[in-house]
Amino acid sequence: MSMTLFFDFIVDKTENTINIKREFAADRPTVWDCYTKSEILDQWWMPMPWKSKTKSMDFREGGQWHYAAVGPNGEEHWSITSYVKIEPQKMFLANDAFGDVDGNINQQMPQSKWTMNFSDMEQNTLVHGIMQFTDLAQLEQTIAMGFKEGLIMAMENLDAMLAKR
Amino acid sequence: MKQDIFQAIADPTRRAILTLIAIQALTPNAMAEKFDMSRQAVSKHIKVLQECELIKPEQSGREIYYHFNPKKMQEIDTWLAQFRKIWEARFNQLDNVLSTIKKQKK
Repeated sequence: MSMTLFFDFIVDKTENTINIKREFAADRPTVWDCYTKSEILDQWWMPMPWKSKTKSMDFREGGQWHYAAVGPNGEEHWSITSYVKIEPQKMFLANDAFGDVDGNINQQMPQSKWTMNFSDMEQNTLVHGIMQFTDLAQLEQTIAMGFKEGLIMAMENLDAMLAKR
Repeated sequence: MKQDIFQAIADPTRRAILTLIAIQALTPNAMAEKFDMSRQAVSKHIKVLQECELIKPEQSGREIYYHFNPKKMQEIDTWLAQFRKIWEARFNQLDNVLSTIKKQKK
């Protein structure tokens, strides 16, 4: 695919939010399914070489998606996404938290509220995700953890990166 | 180690101190005056910032001036860039899924 798709990534430290906007070359119902059906989510949600593995999915208000990020060495990090509000093909609001294999939420780890808005962008679809953190420290911690995964993603650059420290 | 930096800059007063020091090296007394804080409170913040190397002390005569360490701030930017990359990778994977779905529909 050679066309340029809109992508915007803004960290707002005064509002404790991360705003992520991305355009996708598909219609709204298709993109909606990609974000709300676990069999499709598992195909893309975790960046390589990590994989997403769903334990259970109940996409309705009050329901949960319980899944693991599985690393290249089989290590598992469990997450729980709890759906608060759903307007089909328009938006959903969810709480995102880390947890364990039994679905218990880890209160020590940062939690965030996600609002996902879906809108038409000519024949494409724009998804505007807003991650709202309770405080700046939780936002920073999330970014720091992202760095850890980023390191694993960029295995080939690992030595060079470590040398720089 | 790494986490400390984020905790250090999570505090609004410490962020304000950093912003000020980035423009001009300051003595603890000058900081206390600018922020209308006690010397004791300023010392606490300095300790945290210095421990994660965001600022560096430099003796000048009888006074200690604190300097900003831009290298450490760059590290934070690097983390942010990595976080952004994860989302890019994720979205590129979704592009692939979407194009597969499209082909199946045809």
